[in-house]
Amino acid sequence: MHVDWINSIIQGVLLGGLYAMIAAGLSLIFGVMRLVNIAHGDLIILAAYLGLTVASALGLYPLTALLIVVPVMAVIGYGLQRIVLNNTLSDDILPPLLVTFGLSVIIQNGLLEIYSADPQKLDAGQLGVASTNVAGISVGLLPLLMFVTAVVVIAGLQWIFYRTALGRAFRAVSDNQDVAQLMGLNKRHVYGVAMALSLAVVALAGIFLGMRTSFDPSIGGGRLIFGFEAVIIGGLGNLWGTLVGGVILGVAQNIGAQINPGWQVLAGHVVFLFILAVRPRGLFPRMTG
Amino acid sequence: MADPLLTLTRLDAHYNDFQALFGIDFDIAEGEVVAIIGSNGAGKSTLMRSISGLITNGASQISYRGEQIGALRADQIAEKGIALVPEGRQLFPSLSVEENLLIGGQIGRSGPWSLAKIFELFPVLQERRDQASTSLSGGQQQMVAIGRALMANPDLLLLDEVSLGLAPVIIKSIYDALPQIVGGGMSAVIVEQDISKALSVSSRFYCLQEGRVSLEGESGSQTREAISRAYFGV
Ligand SMILES: Nc1ncnc2c1ncn2[C@@H]1O[C@H](COP(=O)(O)OP(=O)(O)O)[C@@H](O)[C@H]1O
Ligand SMILES: [Mg+2]
Repeated sequence: MHVDWINSIIQGVLLGGLYAMIAAGLSLIFGVMRLVNIAHGDLIILAAYLGLTVASALGLYPLTALLIVVPVMAVIGYGLQRIVLNNTLSDDILPPLLVTFGLSVIIQNGLLEIYSADPQKLDAGQLGVASTNVAGISVGLLPLLMFVTAVVVIAGLQWIFYRTALGRAFRAVSDNQDVAQLMGLNKRHVYGVAMALSLAVVALAGIFLGMRTSFDPSIGGGRLIFGFEAVIIGGLGNLWGTLVGGVILGVAQNIGAQINPGWQVLAGHVVFLFILAVRPRGLFPRMTG
Repeated sequence: MADPLLTLTRLDAHYNDFQALFGIDFDIAEGEVVAIIGSNGAGKSTLMRSISGLITNGASQISYRGEQIGALRADQIAEKGIALVPEGRQLFPSLSVEENLLIGGQIGRSGPWSLAKIFELFPVLQERRDQASTSLSGGQQQMVAIGRALMANPDLLLLDEVSLGLAPVIIKSIYDALPQIVGGGMSAVIVEQDISKALSVSSRFYCLQEGRVSLEGESGSQTREAISRAYFGV
């Protein structure tokens, strides 16, 4: 009994890594261009299917397929931003919402058309079942790797944001588009690079998701909600906050499931609503590094 | 006179349906300092925004080194070597003092200005390099805004009311730095509401009134009455 609880908390923490990766991509885009990407979850599922195709066509292990899926998703992100999303950005927040909602529908239907509604899974092989023993608790290697990847991704994004010329450009464009243009920054290009980065993280999240659980074209919306919740719990615009938000959400879901298997998702929503009620701006509202 | 660096030809500018500039003819030569004076709302800032590309105009209305640039975007114009110190300073609040300066230099044009040179010109900025730009006094923020524009090593510097809201002693120290800035052959357009200040640092001036040039000439050549009439329209 006791061990079960500790076990489900640990699993929840590790699952939080996946939610944090989903959330980090959302947060990045919102921070740079105030765009709420409704298609974010579906893009994750797209990345998982892309991984499936690449892995089976080339006989690659899913994590090796990342070498192809990450750049492909980044290019899709840049193109999507330059060709479609840049045209929707203005002081009005509604057009990008509508357009990304439309994109979400298109991706879902496209995936359904190509891959059918049958659940799929990326074959994680040995890694999928391997575990290590930490103080008497068995911890799966795949969830552990997923969590470590999330920490590295967030540390990397944090470093880009606050320590590089690209991050400076992100923050400048976010502060004041016009003056950023005066500095020679083409905001349409800067936005494109931000979306490329976001979808590179989406690719990682998609492959890990697909190795961990089965997926079908319809589940993107649910992942989007978890990502949103993690962002809001952690505090909008705070990258490390998204990790904390993801972990809290993951732990809440797993404890809920431990009490009653049907309560998993509900428990996550309840904790989210509770935190929103007590701290409407999230636990760690925007602070700079 | 040398070939003009920048020429405006019958320049119009609009904010949606509202026309703010009417047929402005203007030019500035290499190495020249030209003042633009005019009362509040005359169109001075609109003129600066047009030149720097924040407002797009007809391609042929603005020519720079013989090239028509009126329809280019602000970032493209910045790359050609025109830098604006915008009215109200407009620093990036998420960036430190040093980052505000570095982002000004990210175009990568070569020239005399570097971070070290800016710190030499405004030593107080070096002490505060890691602070948030919003934590500085108004005068120090203005120094950052000027430094940020210089970091691009422009050939033409546009200064829009750098003295706005600053104490006289601070204004003096900023204008005292001007000879060091334009001494290297840089051209500058200085927008000022303070007529005598503007005329004392420039060789020629234009006076705007309700979106039109109401008077222009050599800075020392006009009588006070002529300038007041052009300035206030009375
Ligand atoms: N963003 C804007 N939208 C609409 N009208 C504007 C805008 N900015 C300035 N104007 C108008 O354009 C005219 C010129 O303004 P401006 O160029 O700022 O004058 P100045 O800098 O000489 O004080 C004014 O009548 C002003 O009200
Ligand atoms: Mg003005």
